[in-house]
Amino acid sequence: MSTIIKLKNINKTYYNGAPLHVLKGIDLEITRGELVSIMGASGSGKSTLLNILGILDNYDTGEYHLNNELIKNLSETQAAHFRNKLIGFIFQSFNLISFKNAMENVALPLYYQKVSRKARNKIAMEYLDKLGLKEWAHHMPSELSGGQKQRVAIARALISKPQIILADEPTGALDSKTSAEVIDVLKKVNATGMTMIIVTHESGVANQTNKIIRLKDGIIEKIEDNSEHNISAFGIQNIK
Amino acid sequence: MLSLLYEILNTIRRNKLRTFLTGFAVAWGIFMLIVLLGSGNGLKNAFNADWGDRLINVVQIWGGRTNIPYAGFQSGRWIELDNKDLQFTSTEFSDEVNFAIANVNLGSKNISYGTEYLSSSLQGSNPNRIIIAGLKMAQGRYINDLDIREKRKSIVISKRAKEILFKKEDAIGKKVNVAGIIYTVVGIYYIKDGENATDSHIPLSTAQIVYNKGIDISSLSFALTDKIKDEQSSTDFMNRYKKRFASQHQISPDDDNAIWYWNRFESYLEISNVNNYINIAVWIIGIFTLLSGIVGVSNIMLITVRERTREFGIRKSIGASPLSILKLVVVESIFITTIFGYIGLVCGVGLTELLAGVFASSGGGDSPNFFVNPTVDINVAMQATLLLIIAGTLAGFFPALKAVKIKTIEALNNK
Repeated sequence: MSTIIKLKNINKTYYNGAPLHVLKGIDLEITRGELVSIMGASGSGKSTLLNILGILDNYDTGEYHLNNELIKNLSETQAAHFRNKLIGFIFQSFNLISFKNAMENVALPLYYQKVSRKARNKIAMEYLDKLGLKEWAHHMPSELSGGQKQRVAIARALISKPQIILADEPTGALDSKTSAEVIDVLKKVNATGMTMIIVTHESGVANQTNKIIRLKDGIIEKIEDNSEHNISAFGIQNIK
Repeated sequence: MLSLLYEILNTIRRNKLRTFLTGFAVAWGIFMLIVLLGSGNGLKNAFNADWGDRLINVVQIWGGRTNIPYAGFQSGRWIELDNKDLQFTSTEFSDEVNFAIANVNLGSKNISYGTEYLSSSLQGSNPNRIIIAGLKMAQGRYINDLDIREKRKSIVISKRAKEILFKKEDAIGKKVNVAGIIYTVVGIYYIKDGENATDSHIPLSTAQIVYNKGIDISSLSFALTDKIKDEQSSTDFMNRYKKRFASQHQISPDDDNAIWYWNRFESYLEISNVNNYINIAVWIIGIFTLLSGIVGVSNIMLITVRERTREFGIRKSIGASPLSILKLVVVESIFITTIFGYIGLVCGVGLTELLAGVFASSGGGDSPNFFVNPTVDINVAMQATLLLIIAGTLAGFFPALKAVKIKTIEALNNK
């Protein structure tokens, strides 16, 4: 399997008052199709790492290769292009646009790929159907439950057929039952061959992944191979 | 572009209050500006209409009664004007006076034709009175030089007098009896806003000889040349004229009571000044109204863009470029300001047209109208609308520019 993400000596410091060295020489390789979780205490740098991986934030020194392309000093437009083509995001707070219904939210990434409205709505409906939300397609986010919102967000992340999915605490705002459902969906997605990186502080979630990266004070403390866990229990037949 | 428009329409449809508030600020600004400008124009037009077709640069002179003893004359002497005044006015002030006319007021006379009659003020006039008084000929002609030279018994009657005396019969060439003297009707005049005028005009020379006036005249009027173009030149000329008049009639140059005059040009300038002040006031109020509209739009756009920072972050995280977000906000601003600007424009123009109709139908007769055609030049209205659209666009552009410069992650975390 080829490497999709390669980080070499990544450093990041925030300068809000006293300098805060958040990431200290991170070296990391993630293979295509892996299901990886990043764990760590609050302030360990896991969200910063995810933001750098998602090109939502810049790093100070080091090298970041995504899909064999060096991600460094990109303009906002270039970064937007990479995000649109290669990355799908799932956020803890869902980040759905409040005045768009579920279908329009899912279809939005395709708007920026210049797909016609009719075509993107059709594709969005297909994804909502796969995630069991067809009947909720024309509902506004305020009319959906937390689990439904997160599934809409997953559909939106998938619709542009990205190379990797970055999920920042995807179950953080959900109850345990809904969390399990969401993780089940993410695992099904990963089973299709899509690389997935989940930032979480829940060991229950991390234990569902193949690899657990433990961060402490901006340093990778440990990388655990967790490939023995049983993924077949979640079933993979619905997500293509 | 179609996708962008749909995206904007979708945003507008789902954010009705925000759209309405932005649009209302635009529409109200334009509406008020147009109504204000229309009202200013209504006053201005009423003022201009009040002058009718009369010449503006005209001075009228009457003799008064002396207050100051002078050159052996006691005070209290009546000053009578005569043909010599007309003569020196025309010849000695040819640079300032375009032409001069004299008038003999013969008082009210009974004019009859057959069994019909009316009482009419009879005036002995010069041909150029038609210009100074702004008379229009409905039929026939006005008094001419031949009438003056040959002291003809020609008479020009008003349209109203013709209707009373002749009903539907043709009056031109017919003889009328003016207090026992027969005159031939040579013309029928009318005057704007003077439908009830019944004055009748005969040649000055005829009036003086038939009614035994010698060379006396009641008043003289003269039209000024372009040399008199402002208040200063008008005052200078009048001072010189009064001095000459005083020497002609042997009255003290300081005796203001001995000569009475009405300088229509100075009155025009005074009213013009008031008119200009109204115009300036209307524009100032209008500009401030427009500014308040701009401030309103800017505030709403500023709040709107700030409110949407998180939305922009979401859009950027899924692949929106800064330019596409900027385009979204700017085109939305243009869309809202244009639509609502047009609504304000149509409502404003509609109201001014309605007022124009109301005031036009309430006018008429000899009563003055204080509000005439209170409408706005469509170019001014369009320019104001365009200005507000540009302002609305800029009001959206700068906060949007600031918003798209915010790091995506910061925008996403914006509460």
